[in-house]
Amino acid sequence: MPRPRRRSDARATAAFLGALAVLAVLGILALQVGAYPVTPSELWAVLSGRAHGINATVIYAIRGPRILGAMLVGAALSSAGAAYQSLFRNPLVSPDILGVSSGAALGAVLGILLGLPVGAIEVASFAGGIAAMALVYGVAVAIRGHDPVLVLVLSGVVIGSLMGSGVALVKFLADPENQLPAITFWLLGSLASFNRSDLMALAPPVAIGLVPLVLLRWRLDVMTLGDEEARALGVEVALLRLGIVASATLMTAAAVSVSGVVGWIGLVVPHLARLIVGPAFRRLLPLTAVLGAAFLLAVDTLARNAGGVEVPLGVLTAVLGTPVFLWLMAAARRVGS
Amino acid sequence: MSTRLSIAGLSFGYPGRTVGTDVTFALEAGEILCLLGPNGGGKTTLFRTILGLVPALAGTVAIDGADIVHWNARRRALAMGYVPQSGGGSFAFTVRDIVLMGRSAHRGTFAPPASEDYDAADAAMERLGILDRADRDWLRISGGERQLALIARALAQEPRVMILDEPTANLDFGNQVRVMEQVRGLARAGLAVLFSTHHPEQAFAAASRVAMLHQGRLARIGTPDEVITEDGMRLVYGIDVEVVAVAGIKVCLPLDWR
Repeated sequence: MPRPRRRSDARATAAFLGALAVLAVLGILALQVGAYPVTPSELWAVLSGRAHGINATVIYAIRGPRILGAMLVGAALSSAGAAYQSLFRNPLVSPDILGVSSGAALGAVLGILLGLPVGAIEVASFAGGIAAMALVYGVAVAIRGHDPVLVLVLSGVVIGSLMGSGVALVKFLADPENQLPAITFWLLGSLASFNRSDLMALAPPVAIGLVPLVLLRWRLDVMTLGDEEARALGVEVALLRLGIVASATLMTAAAVSVSGVVGWIGLVVPHLARLIVGPAFRRLLPLTAVLGAAFLLAVDTLARNAGGVEVPLGVLTAVLGTPVFLWLMAAARRVGS
Repeated sequence: MSTRLSIAGLSFGYPGRTVGTDVTFALEAGEILCLLGPNGGGKTTLFRTILGLVPALAGTVAIDGADIVHWNARRRALAMGYVPQSGGGSFAFTVRDIVLMGRSAHRGTFAPPASEDYDAADAAMERLGILDRADRDWLRISGGERQLALIARALAQEPRVMILDEPTANLDFGNQVRVMEQVRGLARAGLAVLFSTHHPEQAFAAASRVAMLHQGRLARIGTPDEVITEDGMRLVYGIDVEVVAVAGIKVCLPLDWR
């Protein structure tokens, strides 16, 4: 019997390898550009371990961790977005739909208001994101409505906007000379102060969140059919949904806690990947993660180099994300879905 | 023949709103039971209750004599296949991917499909005559092809009971006939088949027995000749018909049309 499914697998593999090559090239370019430029030969000397001194310090202590951080944050937000878009059967959903980002934002701005050190602010942000999610899920389970997905989304919207007013209150109370600029800067997203210890804090939760998404790739496809159809096909939807939400929350909260609120990526990148390889999660997830890493790396490199001061990431992703998204919408209309 | 599916004293609906009560019937392997009833009369809710998608308010559902109330979703799916009125979601999967989802219950939560799952999906599509559509985009095939693919998906599930909710709703005349022929084929293959429809002629053509759901109760159950009568149609649908035989096949003619 013919097996034409291999053709689409080959296409997905080609797209994935292509995206990986783009990411590698971007990474090498990003290592060279910046306030202290490094030439290709100097970079090669550092990477091959022959050069030490200031070049090595720039690459290993400053630029390298930040580049890896941008990749990890981009991959985490995009992967979480892809999982949520499948789970909520809606290609317009982003990873902060359930209020994770607003919870993380509240945690961070509270930390800034209390004058905590940077590490403690990140912990407060991560805890805020997880707590917001737990609250949203707890409320949804307690209400047990007719449509569990709708109840979950609505409770996410409500709790998210409550967290948003909390952030507004903190901004109102904050010292306008010192704290308010820091809060604003954090809320717009930045990797400017990203260092090695941030990388060490970010990598484990992102990896831990990614593993269930990889393992559940076939089940996530079934979840796009909706609760009832999925259950009739033998899938335990309630347990699965909890597992997927927990994984995506872990990744999103970890990313937001080190980078601030960087919007658009979790919405646009999975969308783009789906146009290239289709909705099957086994193909969608790898491409989404790599494209997300490349997208945020490109944006962060631009942020570092575009002007005299660092442009906030959230502003750049929105400026770049809006035309991409509009183009995707037009493309999807032409395709006719 | 043995009793495959037996429903006893089943009450169904939602907390605070009972839709139907005291539904009792049994279905044997290779038998087709057709459920007739007005719009909003609870046919879909009855099917969802039998499938365990909503809990029964009272009564039992048993498969091969075993009460399934404590079965998990996987065990139910291995016993009962479901063809919803419209399904398959709104993402652009290939038809093969959609049919392959019927194999979910045969694999562990983390396991990818094995080659026998691909074979089962392809065999089901071939049987429904849609194997040449396998690589097509789910959102770009016709409604008839989708319905056939959903039946193929339920078939790939390898259940003993097949439940189809208005399988010919929204289909053109040719596809209605094609789908009904496949429904008859399911019973010939030994499945116990339960389906709902708004076309009494489909019951005459395909069903071994017919049940009429009226105001939440099974008002009539029996052979098509016994149940689909002038009197029965007036009770359930509130219209006057004449049941006439054309070339040996019975149809219902509304009296108002003459």
